[in-house]
Amino acid sequence: MSATTENTTAARTSLPLEPPAGTRRLNTAKALQEAIGSQMEQDPSVFVMGEDVGAYGGIFSSTTGLLEKFGPERIIDTPISESAFIGLGIGAAVEGMRPIVELMFVDFFGVCMDQIYNHMAKIHYESGGNVRVPMVLMTAVGGGYSDGAQHSQALWGTFAHLPGMKVVIPSNPYDAKGLMTAAIRSDDPVVYMFHKGVMGLAWMAKNKRSIGAVPEEDYEVPLGKAKVVREGTDVSIVTLSLSVHHSLDVAEKLADEGISVEVLDLRSLVPLDRETIIATASKTGKVIVVDEDYQSFGLSGEIAATIAEHSPTLLTHFSRVCMPDTPIPYAQELEYAVLPTATRIEAAVRKAVAA
Amino acid sequence: MTTETTEAAMALSAEQRQGLLRQMILIRTFEEAILREYHADKGPGFDIGKGLIPGEMHLAAGQEPVAAGICAHLEQGDGLTAAHRPHHLAIAKGMNLRSLTGEIFGRESGLGRGRGGHMHLFDPSIHFSCSGIVAEGFPPALGQAFAFRNAGTNNIAVTVAGEGAANAGAFHESLNLAALWKLPVIFVIEDNDWGISVPRSSSTSVPSNAVRAAGYGIPGVRIEGNDVEAVYAAAAEAVARARAGEGPSLIEVHTLRLLGHFEGDAQGYRTDLATVPGEDPIPVYRQKLLDAGAVTEAEVAAMEDEARAQVEDAVEHAKNSPTPNPAEALKYVFVEGASS
Repeated sequence: MSATTENTTAARTSLPLEPPAGTRRLNTAKALQEAIGSQMEQDPSVFVMGEDVGAYGGIFSSTTGLLEKFGPERIIDTPISESAFIGLGIGAAVEGMRPIVELMFVDFFGVCMDQIYNHMAKIHYESGGNVRVPMVLMTAVGGGYSDGAQHSQALWGTFAHLPGMKVVIPSNPYDAKGLMTAAIRSDDPVVYMFHKGVMGLAWMAKNKRSIGAVPEEDYEVPLGKAKVVREGTDVSIVTLSLSVHHSLDVAEKLADEGISVEVLDLRSLVPLDRETIIATASKTGKVIVVDEDYQSFGLSGEIAATIAEHSPTLLTHFSRVCMPDTPIPYAQELEYAVLPTATRIEAAVRKAVAA
Repeated sequence: MTTETTEAAMALSAEQRQGLLRQMILIRTFEEAILREYHADKGPGFDIGKGLIPGEMHLAAGQEPVAAGICAHLEQGDGLTAAHRPHHLAIAKGMNLRSLTGEIFGRESGLGRGRGGHMHLFDPSIHFSCSGIVAEGFPPALGQAFAFRNAGTNNIAVTVAGEGAANAGAFHESLNLAALWKLPVIFVIEDNDWGISVPRSSSTSVPSNAVRAAGYGIPGVRIEGNDVEAVYAAAAEAVARARAGEGPSLIEVHTLRLLGHFEGDAQGYRTDLATVPGEDPIPVYRQKLLDAGAVTEAEVAAMEDEARAQVEDAVEHAKNSPTPNPAEALKYVFVEGASS
């Protein structure tokens, strides 16, 4: 599709990340806390459980202030016993409660994966729909701060690959609150993954969009609806999480050169909004997937397959800017060589446009 | 066993003793029917995927005292999580035989509409679930107990697995957490001496898993002899303790696996079969009650007839139930919406 003058103008104007919502601005961590607190006020069956979620307030501030508000009966610190407390969440959910369980780093899920993919994810199916497991399992993902190979992974593709749980990944404060509200209210198990780099934490390099307008009232951002966060006509970037911000930075920079980039924030991998992926691919004919998860056998391949299955001749260009298939290195020079940085994204866009 | 608990067992009425025997007879009759149907059409050799009941089959013949003795104390609202060998516990907990059998046969009438199978039985009406993964049924029981306490009921959760499970991390994490939070949970270990082909002596560093309870500051008792009344007595104490808010207990029962780990298991590894197969607990208990005058031959015969009628009804119902619609194989992955 060729760019019209009108579209080029549109491409220069970044769409707002959230609807107009007054002047109040929160960082993503506070937006998350607000969603959890609000749902806890409304529903006594909601509780939070995990390591350091109480007095500490969550290692990445997901639960700050909630202990003071709700007390230790509902904001519950656990021993380092992930199988036991995630399984506890499952049993409580089966009996009608709505647990929010935090396991601080997604990298740690190996120690309790059985409870997650064999129990949390399968009970509803195995029971023929007779037993529901309405729980939220939340965790931090992502690298960029030299925390090494066991504390920096994204791994969302792993969870999206295993059927039975929804996989939600916000990129900004507005979505973080709305997606968490929807996740808590969902009758399905939801894995909710927040990138440390979008939380707006004081002790981490802050992204400018990690603080944004957030309505005070409750609202849901529906699970499974991607969002075109910037319209464009030359090339589409399909991405999520922190990479949305890198992609927007690149799109803004290249707009000055007349390159019009559309950026799609997937917001959840399960359900995956294939319709919107196909729509943006149909519009530009050129797709770049930016993914902080490992490249092989993951999200980027899934996006390619989705488009190819819809129409094998739809695209004139497809490329990937992903984490290469390597453990994540420690030294900053090495880590930034493998992360999907703005530099790598920009190079990919230039190549796509020239192709 | 303490003198006190033995006395409690002695105090059982004839009616209670008959109840225990009746339960064990029903379980055994059920599993004999499953055994028969399972092997009926497995081909001239043995093809695990063939026949009316395909897949693996783990039967609990010899372990009935655990189910009958523990479940005699449980109410419908109490939780029970079982392992991959779950039928005896499901029946003793009060599962509808038709729903259970339907699921084993993979029919639409089954508990999970044919999506679970014999290792994955979920019955919310009696708060029953099971796990096909060793030791991983323990953690969800903590959550059941947590939810019951939160709701202000005095319901409890019981979680049962084999002695092999007591060496897994989930067991120890669960004991610690349950003890720490004084959750109303009872951990039951069925020690049948064999973790598939590996004897307990080669897998477990202590002769009794009951002693491991001390490591978590909770009571632990080991019951020798596969005696249903001894199990009943120990369970009485543990259940009272849990309902009173005094926290978890561990009960290990030295029981007996009369069959292979799974049907089709030739048990070539089992060196004790010729010499010490142990005593089948059902005839032993029947004789004990007859000798004590707690039951008559005619009453036992009536129990057996009644069990046969119930079981045959369930088997016939399952066989006559429709198989699931293949077009609905993706149904129930999620409550809301689809994943695509």
